[in-house]
Amino acid sequence: MSQSLKPYLTAVRSSLTAAICVEDFSSQLVERHNRPEIEVDNTHNPELILNPMVIARNENEKILIEPSINSVRVSIKIKQADEIEQILVHKFTRFLTSRAENFFILRRVPIKGYDISFLITNFHTEQMLKDKLVDFIIEFMEDVDKEISEMKLFLNARARVIAEAYLTPFD
Amino acid sequence: MSSESPIVYQLGHLPIKDHVFSPDRGLLAITKDNEVEVYQVSSNLSVRPKLFTTLKGHDKTVTSVDISPDGTRILTCSQDRNALVWEFDGQDYKPTLVLLRINRAATVCKWSPNGQKFAVGSSDRVIAICYYEAENDWWVSKHLKKPLKSTITSLSWHPNNVLIASGSTDGHVRVFSSFIKGIDEKPEPTVWGSKLPFQTLCGDFINETGAWIHDVSFSPDGDSLGFVSHDSTIGIIYPEGEGLPPKSIINVKTEYLPFKSFVFLTNNKLVVGGHNCNLIVFEGDESDWKESFKVESQKDLINDVPVHGNGDEDDEEISSHQALNMFKQMDLKGRVNKPTNGAGGSKALTTIHQNTIASIKLFSANKVSTSGIDGKVVIFTV
Repeated sequence: MSQSLKPYLTAVRSSLTAAICVEDFSSQLVERHNRPEIEVDNTHNPELILNPMVIARNENEKILIEPSINSVRVSIKIKQADEIEQILVHKFTRFLTSRAENFFILRRVPIKGYDISFLITNFHTEQMLKDKLVDFIIEFMEDVDKEISEMKLFLNARARVIAEAYLTPFD
Repeated sequence: MSSESPIVYQLGHLPIKDHVFSPDRGLLAITKDNEVEVYQVSSNLSVRPKLFTTLKGHDKTVTSVDISPDGTRILTCSQDRNALVWEFDGQDYKPTLVLLRINRAATVCKWSPNGQKFAVGSSDRVIAICYYEAENDWWVSKHLKKPLKSTITSLSWHPNNVLIASGSTDGHVRVFSSFIKGIDEKPEPTVWGSKLPFQTLCGDFINETGAWIHDVSFSPDGDSLGFVSHDSTIGIIYPEGEGLPPKSIINVKTEYLPFKSFVFLTNNKLVVGGHNCNLIVFEGDESDWKESFKVESQKDLINDVPVHGNGDEDDEEISSHQALNMFKQMDLKGRVNKPTNGAGGSKALTTIHQNTIASIKLFSANKVSTSGIDGKVVIFTV
């Protein structure tokens, strides 16, 4: 873990712990509906949405937390230093989001400008413990960098092997 | 602090949004999804309550339950826009529908102290004051709706049966008169006002940050009003009298996660609980309120994060080994249910409640009962 990652993750952990204080809340606009207030147009009842916050480690790595009364949306921008990483991140997040129903809190489409989004509602916090949810997101953030750079190393190593294999006959 | 250890009832694993003990402490009613479960509580509290009956009548989540002061009627309300009054006929509880005339969820219901009427708060931005109409043999309601602009989250009756306090998601705490001719006797003048026709707004207070009010309650003598809100503060209002600004408004800022519920033990002592899963006792008077103690000892959730083995350079080898293992597992099984490495795996809260405390009620002079999203009902001595 590098020097700057720890304070970043600590800030994210405390902000998430405070943001995921959600409760059951039935829609005051639509009869018999109970929907995540952060996901609907809330021009009619703006009091149900709290101020969003961005925590950024640098311009390439940041997290957006949008809390509301019964749901929290967490969007993560993963570090992408070059084109290979861009491709890898895109493939990786696509792999995850296409299996979103197995991840419960994963949102199918990330928010614009971010690579992956989670949507945590009061039903999730009722089934799962909040600190575990926070742990999961923190761990995801820790691992995803590691994983992407490892994938990049594998890719380079493989490319080198292939290049060598193809170029040997012309020695 | 507490001499006796708390009594814990684990009643399933579904969230218990509200619970109530009957006045003689012989019955316990809890909300469970679309149903309300009624338990018989033995006088020996350490015996687990026996399930007596299940009240099925709502088709959406039950939000609130209350037992009338004489202990004969159970009142429930639900997100399906209805409230039901359940009466015991010797064998089973029979529901009576209340004519609420609301078309959004009912969020909270409370019997008045004398049991002649009750109030139901709703997302429809009204409070329905309901009373029994003998000639038609049903419960009818009158609406309080004037300045209400948002969902009602909590209600509390003044001991005089006429005044009612409400908290809502727009950050307002309001005190109304719910005087109904023919049901109520003319109340004695109080610090809140003397002339009280129906729907008189006797007080309207806004919390400093405009945060959602989670709970309101009159003090036992009815001369002050407390509330807890989403900005983790506790407010106590001391009114001066009709038409005058309040004597003092105390706003206690705390460093805890927001409180969901609280109850006055005496006029100068209250106990709060909520998202931090612990109960905290506050004491004070008109001049100031201060935290006196936590009911359970608790470790800090945010700062005492167990170190995941890969923090230091010393155990670099272990951490890269762990990383490799983790990667292999991910390769084999995908990311879900990956066991966490190191000490962080089995972290649990040190409090009894493992999830948000949803409601706190007074059990006896020095005991409070709490119910939580983790499906527990606990009786604490404070």
